[in-house]
Amino acid sequence: VHLSNRTVVINMYLFILGHDIHFHDKKIALLEAGPRKECDHMPDSYSNRVSSISPGSATLLSSFGAWDHVCSLRLKPFRRMQVWDACSEAMIVFEKDDLDDMGYIVENDVIMSALTKQLDAVADRVEVFYRSRAVGYTWPLPSHSCDTSPWVQIELADGRRLQTKLLIGADGHNSVVRKEAEIKNIEHRYDQSAVVATLHLSEATDNNVAWQRFLPTGPIALLPLSDTASSLVWSTSHEHASELLGMDEESFVDSINSAFWSNINHSDFIDTAGAMFRSAISLLKPSGTAVRQLPPSVAKVDPGSRAMFPLGMGHATEYVRHRVALIGDAAHRVHPLAGQGVNLGFGDIACLAHHLSAAAFNGSDLGSLKHLLKFETERQRHNVSLIAAVDVLKRLYSTRLAPLVLLRTWGLQATNALPPVKVRISL
Amino acid sequence: ISFIYADDHADLSFQTGLRGTLQNYNWQIQLKSGSTLPVSKTEIKSSLSLFRFTVKRLFSTSHSSVDSKEMKKFQLLAHKWWDEEGEYSALHSMNDIRVPFIRDTLLNMSSNYHLGNPLSGVKILDVGCGGGLLSEPLGRLGASVTGIDPLEDNIRTADQHKSFDPVLAKRIQYKSSSLEEIVEESMETFDVIVASEVVEHVADLEMFIKCCSRVLKPEGSLFITTINKTQLSYILGIVVAEKIMGIVPEGTHEWEKFVPPEELERLLESNGFSVKTVNGMLYNPLSGSWSWMESMSVNYAMHAVKSGARGQSSPTDALSESESEQPSATAGTALTVQWKKSLLDQRAPAVRSLFAIKVLVSVPIISTFTLCPNKGM
Repeated sequence: VHLSNRTVVINMYLFILGHDIHFHDKKIALLEAGPRKECDHMPDSYSNRVSSISPGSATLLSSFGAWDHVCSLRLKPFRRMQVWDACSEAMIVFEKDDLDDMGYIVENDVIMSALTKQLDAVADRVEVFYRSRAVGYTWPLPSHSCDTSPWVQIELADGRRLQTKLLIGADGHNSVVRKEAEIKNIEHRYDQSAVVATLHLSEATDNNVAWQRFLPTGPIALLPLSDTASSLVWSTSHEHASELLGMDEESFVDSINSAFWSNINHSDFIDTAGAMFRSAISLLKPSGTAVRQLPPSVAKVDPGSRAMFPLGMGHATEYVRHRVALIGDAAHRVHPLAGQGVNLGFGDIACLAHHLSAAAFNGSDLGSLKHLLKFETERQRHNVSLIAAVDVLKRLYSTRLAPLVLLRTWGLQATNALPPVKVRISL
Repeated sequence: ISFIYADDHADLSFQTGLRGTLQNYNWQIQLKSGSTLPVSKTEIKSSLSLFRFTVKRLFSTSHSSVDSKEMKKFQLLAHKWWDEEGEYSALHSMNDIRVPFIRDTLLNMSSNYHLGNPLSGVKILDVGCGGGLLSEPLGRLGASVTGIDPLEDNIRTADQHKSFDPVLAKRIQYKSSSLEEIVEESMETFDVIVASEVVEHVADLEMFIKCCSRVLKPEGSLFITTINKTQLSYILGIVVAEKIMGIVPEGTHEWEKFVPPEELERLLESNGFSVKTVNGMLYNPLSGSWSWMESMSVNYAMHAVKSGARGQSSPTDALSESESEQPSATAGTALTVQWKKSLLDQRAPAVRSLFAIKVLVSVPIISTFTLCPNKGM
């Protein structure tokens, strides 16, 4: 089994297989373009690339021992998530009743480092080719003919040739494996870029809330890194993003604070309609809904931590072919507004690992389309609905049109008042 | 051809009381399918006339359980074995239940478990291995497998297919040979014999079972999957599978040679085996998948263990013999008796719980089959 990898977290797939008892005598190779990254102590400054890890993904990581490494390095749990609209008073709060964590903000470098460490534990089964690059793929014929190799052959830039029963493409949204396998990808470039930065707060707080506000230009999110630091993910128009990147630090900080605090986009009509709806709900549900909290104010930005990248959505029409499977961003790309990208990828991993483990215990050919299709069906059913929902959310919140604003205001207020619906959404 | 056909089957020992109309119809169909085979008649005749001399007596060394006419049918399809969507797709998907059946039965009987290689150290003989569809998964589970098939083309396909996989290349040996031919050199050699979808093609079943017993180690396991000889199996196995839906190549099966489980069990028990498990199997052509079911009216799988000491007769002998003589109208009760017995003997409790669920699913499928036989005609 071979894996092309460019996205940071997907090589955790390997050590799941590496740990699986049914994979005891299977050889796994990882093709990694970058060098080996490992650090026992994190640098003082935070990385500007972070992921929101759901409790489910954390369980997956901890079942193979990698979560302990993450904990020993650096992570910040959050207990509450507040999402609100810049065009009205509507907001929704997700929180756990018991004092459980809703999720964790973890730097990508930390996850990578933890996985690298865990991979060493299964070094006898998993071989990592660092700084390697595949230059050619030879696909087998779908129905077996006797005289050609029935396996996938991979030619590396240094001249080595590998052959494998199953090639797993986890090489990001520009997946070469996907292109080489001629799997169609439905893509759409949003007219938005994301600006990321590491921010320092004016004063130390508990800082255990993930904040997100929908501005007409795109959502802005503040994710906790520590008591005094947070990570910014601001999706906005390409022009505004370049502007934010070019301005001096003080103006950048002012822009962020005003994005979270300004009521410039409110209109009296929507405010009144929202207030009426809210009082109607409080009649039905006198115990009241979650209270609004105020986001912390930002004092300064970490020098050199500002960066931007374009946003898009994409979905591969097929996740599998004979002897090929796509996972993570290679199969699907989502807008970061729901923080689901990494968790979708982890879900793919858990599912594919489950089906391959069953196949191995049945002595099946791992590259056979039969069980790969089970993986595809299961994951597409889950991913397509989530990707579509995120896309609709993105479009619904990118407008100032009063009817749509009213619709989403009422929708958000009603959802906030209905705990069972909220629980479903936050899972 | 019809005369040769009759001669060919002269030594079939089981003739159950069947309604004449069905039998006649069956004969006509078989004649038709025989003549549509793209093999010249002279070819069949010459091979059969050679064969006729060898068919007559049991126990003679020249006698063979291989049916040469059957061999002709499979020769034409030898290169198709590894096309998962092709002629043998139902056999490919049968691996989903027959491999776990073999694996779990063997795991329950042994005490040590090898990580990642549950069948490590087990010597398996795959009789009638064809293209190696079952040998390969068993090899991947760690077993050392010897696959034999009388047809050289099958062995060539199987050999070539495993040669690409360095792990399998070491674990699996294929040999173009009949079971009788290896008896002398392999006395009490194998821990396990697998004869999957084979005995319905065998010319002399008793002879076949005697040979199995001789190459098997004492306490060794014999796994058989095959097709029952019932009206339902005729409708599903030949009319639906071959003629209407084309799941199996036309002419693959001859209903006359199908084996009822009572008959198979009687033959096994009288040849020093004790039958441990009999499970019904059902193929759903819509999903292309197999499942276990309680009824053995179409396909079934059997697990028997060779008795440790020779000549020891099992107390269930009398029971199974009386069962097999019952007319087919009361087959239902006979099956129930047998089912209970197999439950008692069964050593895989996990598998057992599966059946109860599957039966619920399988009943509507059978009724769908029988209600709409015109599809695709």
